[in-house]
Order: sequence, then structure tokens, then C-alpha cells
Amino acid sequence: MKEFLEGSHAIAEVIKSCQPGVISAYPITPQTHIVEDLAQMVSSGELKSQFVNVESEHSAASVVLGSSATGVRVYTATSSQGLFLMQEVVFNIAGMRLPVVMTCANRAVSAPINIWNDQQDSISLRDAGWIQIYAENNQEAVDFHLIAYRLAEDKRVMLPVMVCMDGFILTHGMETVDMPEQDKVNKFLPAYKPLYKLDTADPMSMGLLADPDYYMETRFALQETMRESIGYLSEISKEFNNVFGRDYKDLLVEEYQLKDAEKVIVAMGSVCGTIKEVVDEQRAKGKKVGLLRIISYRPFPYARVYEALKDVSKVAVLDKSVSLGAYAPIAVEVKSTFFGKKKSPKVISSFVAGLGGRDITAETIHEVFRRLSAKEVNFEFIDLKPELLKEEYGE
Amino acid sequence: MFGPLTVKPKNSKGDKTGSWRTLLRPHYLHKNCIACRMCLMICPEGCVSGKEKNAFSLDYTFCKGCGLCADICPKKDIEMVSEESKREES
Amino acid sequence: MENSPLFKCGHTACAGCGQAVAARLVIESAGANTIIANSTGCLEVFTTKYPETAWGVPWIHSLFENSAAVASGIEAALIYLGKKDTTNVIAQGGDGSTGDIGLQAISGMLERGHDILYVCYDNEAYMNTGVQRSGLTPFDTNTTTSPVGALSSGNLRPKKPVPEICAAHGIPYVATASAGFPQDLIRKVKKAISIKGPKYLQIHVPCPLGWRHESNQMLPVAKMAVETGLYPLFEYEFGVITARKQIVPKPVEEYLKMQGRFKHLLNNPVEIKKVQDVADSNIKKYNLKLEAQG
Repeated sequence: MKEFLEGSHAIAEVIKSCQPGVISAYPITPQTHIVEDLAQMVSSGELKSQFVNVESEHSAASVVLGSSATGVRVYTATSSQGLFLMQEVVFNIAGMRLPVVMTCANRAVSAPINIWNDQQDSISLRDAGWIQIYAENNQEAVDFHLIAYRLAEDKRVMLPVMVCMDGFILTHGMETVDMPEQDKVNKFLPAYKPLYKLDTADPMSMGLLADPDYYMETRFALQETMRESIGYLSEISKEFNNVFGRDYKDLLVEEYQLKDAEKVIVAMGSVCGTIKEVVDEQRAKGKKVGLLRIISYRPFPYARVYEALKDVSKVAVLDKSVSLGAYAPIAVEVKSTFFGKKKSPKVISSFVAGLGGRDITAETIHEVFRRLSAKEVNFEFIDLKPELLKEEYGE
Repeated sequence: MFGPLTVKPKNSKGDKTGSWRTLLRPHYLHKNCIACRMCLMICPEGCVSGKEKNAFSLDYTFCKGCGLCADICPKKDIEMVSEESKREES
Repeated sequence: MENSPLFKCGHTACAGCGQAVAARLVIESAGANTIIANSTGCLEVFTTKYPETAWGVPWIHSLFENSAAVASGIEAALIYLGKKDTTNVIAQGGDGSTGDIGLQAISGMLERGHDILYVCYDNEAYMNTGVQRSGLTPFDTNTTTSPVGALSSGNLRPKKPVPEICAAHGIPYVATASAGFPQDLIRKVKKAISIKGPKYLQIHVPCPLGWRHESNQMLPVAKMAVETGLYPLFEYEFGVITARKQIVPKPVEEYLKMQGRFKHLLNNPVEIKKVQDVADSNIKKYNLKLEAQG
């Protein structure tokens, strides 16, 4: 049923339809509206979950870890510093193979403190062993949570999933969303049946010490599952389409106007909406431009990226985060996709934009296309303020 | 590939920590035992068993020879003997 | 041969480990219908080195500072599953994971009113990493990070009053116990388990390696800590002291001379007096002194 909703409320509604047994979260902007709405649903009795109000994000993640290990479906949400405080537990959850689902309302990280959107928070946890999928709009954000539970709880997967949605832009944005009906949710997402759990009827120890004789295989198993999940994402996407009639293809990437494209931007998240508009505009003028949107950042779909870009002449990777002292995070992946390959773009340039909530406008995207020339560039920040650099930093 | 490290207690044999004993081992005299169960209670390994007077014993596969059982026995019915003495146990 | 079914033989604690004694008594007293969340530390390492486990009950280790939060999640899940009334939840860890790095999570667990027993095995330093001082290390203790030197006679500060911090939350039950008094310990565990709501139990557990005494001296050392007034045994109910173990106080020197960690104090009457002051203050505060009979 189509409804005009705030992104956070839409997420709360879809989480309600997933019926988690335990929800635990700690407030942080811009995640708050999601958990406020869930608290209200629990308070009114329309959602039969245990809502645990914790004293920190570290404990929020620890609570859902404990609940998940006890065999119930769980949910948490956070952002920025909150995710960083969780980090230790985030790695732990993946290592223990617990199917936790989390929303990351993407936000810049301190210092300086900044509550606005970029993707530095979740990108920084890319090595944690969580599947990370990035939504472009609120319809996707809603649908991806259903897919996240289905994927996480798949017996072949048993990995936590982080659904990333741009803070404020999506969480606080009002959009028309086709909200999934409960009977369809029930069909797509059956009740969680844990493979193993803390149960006095069948005692088990979890979280053991693994010495050098045993540790490495646990990491190998994580990596293998990540690799295999590339296929499971596509498979579950197909089933999702069968039930809900929305087709996310392989759920790894979205190709937009890539046929015959000579200049392509690679990006992730809500900025892709703006990029699509610019692509349409330039296409109307006869320019051969396109967009490759990354949906699954972990596992990273190297093969799909290769297929999509191998015949493109010039590629601009637009990151909303940085890896200070190195190439930008998505750019690293795209460049490494083509190392030693027969076919490859002539240029893979790397641009950084939109940090700390600086608007990425249509003009920003035009500027990226303009700067995408025969000369490959790296570390190029778009939309910097030269006057500020001069005043404050003496440049 | 799914492989978390979990262990069910029924599948755990435990380390054979009895090999840790180097000097002394507890020896039940079975003379003045009143079945107070203090030795059973205090054993850090939990390797003491028994119910009746003068019928307690311990599992040398695991006993580390700490001597707490001998120390707590109110009747001094357990003595620590040399590991080499090869005295008949239990 | 029948061994302990809930805390099995074959763990790798040091010989004479007070924590192993206490942990075994805790779980045997709590019973099979118990789920444990365990902090990182000696107890975790020596009981669950893959592929072995000493635990006959469902048991989970996550991290150093979060066992109270993990236990909160277990409890919430049990409520959701309708199993809470038939299942006990214990969170447990050492003094460092309890009083230092995990204190915030414990405060949260107590404040939220979870039906969980938190057990702190207090061996008064970070033993698993090699005897570094914690907030619960006693005054003047020689540890690797509070070493004795020309300018120092050991740990500069007295023990952090974690039981009082917990009692200040107004929870139904807070108690201290000692591996040296196993029957008292068993009674307190059973009492705690019978009470609904958050409970805190702090057990003094000698560490032969870190305290530097012979492994067979665990009991006399633990007892002497109580008998000098340095480790008072008491019970709080809803923030009010309702019971204490009264003693005929022995001089603290009797306790100090048993352990290598206090060896440097023995010819130093000024420092011994300071330790005696700690004991005297406890004796007064908790009314520990047993009045002479008749």
C-alpha cells in the first residue's frame, strides 16, 4: 500500500512487520526517529518486542548479540560515533555468525563534530564481516530491511547485515513508499529458526578462545560466506520480486544508461538519484554518460563491476568518504577490479564529495563529468571553498 | 561456508591436567572420613566424588595436586604424598 | 566416577585457583537451568579453549566489558520466548571487567532492572594479562603496573567500592563472599538466585600466581582477608545493609605476610599502619567487630 512517509517512520513500520523479539538502541542523530517510532509501537502494544533502552551503543550491540545468541530475531540502529562505539561488538557479532540486522543512518564522523550525511561511518567498518547494502531511496531502504533479515538468517549465510541509508536525506525525507503488506512479509520472511542457540535444554558454549590452530579457519569461513553471498543476494532478490513485484536485479549494482556510455560515474546511496537526473539531462544533449550504482559494498561485486565497466572509456568514482592517506574507499575497489585485466577503462579517476553534509547538487555532478578527462586524477575533492581554505588554512 | 566455534559439553573431554602434578598428590586415608563433603566442595577441578564415609575418591586424570582438599579436611583424612611414592590410590 | 556436571574437569586454571573454586560453586548452586554470559578474563580462557568447554550450562563469551549487556539481551530474549520464569541468567567476570571497563554496562543492567545475577570474581588485579593493577587492587599492593620503588610502596589507592556502587542503585540484593567460606558463598548464591531483579555478588578469590602464595594456601589466605577486616562480608537489600559476618579482628600483618604481593611492607610499620587503617575503617563502617561473649 502506497503511503507518504518519513524515511525513519517507514523503516520503523517495516521492522514492525519483521517482528523482532528484541530491539535495543541508543539515541543518536539521525537515527533517533526510527527507534522513537519503534518504542512507541512497543508501548502501544502493536509490536510485541522487548525494547531494551541501553546506556550506550556498545551495550545496544551487546544486547542484540545476547538476544540473537538466545535464538530470537533482533534489531538495532545507529549512526556515526555510535557505530564506532559499537565497533568492537560489530566485529564480534560477525565472528560469532549471528544474523543481526542493523540500520546505519549514514553520518559524518568527528572531529569536528558534524551530524550531517556522508558515508564515512559504515565505510570505516567495511572489514567487520557484515554484509553492507546501500539504499538510494526510501522504497529501497524499506525493502532492503526485509531482504537483510532473509539473507542474514539464511542457513548458508548466518552473517549480520547492515542496511545503510543516508542520514537526513533519507531518514528525514518524506517520500511515497509502497509499504509491504504483512501477509506478503510473512510469505517472504518466515519466522527465524536459529541453527544454534543458548538453551538449557541443549547446553552449548559460544564465543570460545581459538588459538593459532583454529583461528584462521574462522576468518576463512567468513570470507567464503561473503563470496558466496554474492549469489544469494541475487537469488533472494528474485524471490523478493516474485512476492512484492519490485525488481532489484542481482542486488549488487544498478546499471543506468551504461549501454554505449563513454563517461560513467560510480557512486553509492542517495546521491545516485541526483546523478541519474544529470545523466538524463546530458543524454538528452547527446552525451554518452551513465551511472553504475554500487548496492552491495560488502561483499563487493568485482565481477559485476568488471562486466559493467570493461568497455567504458572513462570512469569517475564518487566517494562520500575518504581513507585518509590512501585512495578513496570505493575507488580502491573499482581500480583493483581492473588490475591485470585484458579490458579496462582508460581512466579511473577518483573524486570525493558531500562530506559532512555538503550538498551534492546537479552542478557538482556536472563538475565531476567535466573533470573526468584523459588525465586520471586521484584525491580530487569537489566543491571545496577556496576562500575558506585561504582564510583558515593559509593556502 | 558456515562455521562458528561452538562446543557442546558432551563433546568436550577436557585437558588431562593431572599431568601438571609434579611433586605431591592427595591420598585418601579412608580412616576418619565423616562424609562432610568439604573436599568435594573445595576442589577447583570438581574431580572429587563420593557420598558415603571413607568412600570418597578423586580423578587423577585431572587433579592438579593443589592440596586444597587436604587443607580443608576437618579430620585430616587426606594427606599429600610424594608423586613418586606410587601408593595405591582409592 | 561422577564429576561436577555443570563445571567439568579438564579446565586449565592454575592449581589452587580461587576463582575456579568459586565459579564452580556458583554454577553448581545456581543449577542447570542457568545461562551464563562471561567476560573476557582468566575464567573465560581457562574454561573454554576450543575445542574444550568446562561448562555444562549454556554459556557465552563476547567481550571484556559487555557481559552485563549480553546477559541483558539474553534475559530480554527469554522474556520474549516466555522462558524467563524457568531460567536463571548469570553475568560474570573478574574485578577488572566488573569494576573498571565494564562498570557502565553493569550500571545499565542494574538500573534497567533485569532479572540477572552479576558475579564478580575479585582477585584484585588483571591476572589474565599478568598481574596489572585494577580499580579493585588493594592499597599498597605490588603489581606489575603498581610496582614498588623508591617513590612508591605499591598501589596508591584503596579498592573501588563496587558493592556500594551497585547497592546505590537500590537493587534487591548485593553481597560479598569469599572462596575461603564456601558454605556462606553457596548460601548467598542460592539466596540471590531466589530473588527477582538485579543482584550483585562479589567474591574474593585468591590467585596463587598473582598474590604469590602456595596453591594449597588459598583457603587460609582468603579466610585471613575476612578475619582482618580487609575483605568484609556483608549483604545489602534494597540499599540497606542487612547482614555482615562479624569477626574478632586479627592484625593485618597476619594477612600481609602470607603473600608475596605485600612482602615489601613487612619491615615498614608506617605502611602497615596505613593498611591497618583500611581494615579499621571497614570494621567500623560495617560494624564487623564481634563483641566479647558474657
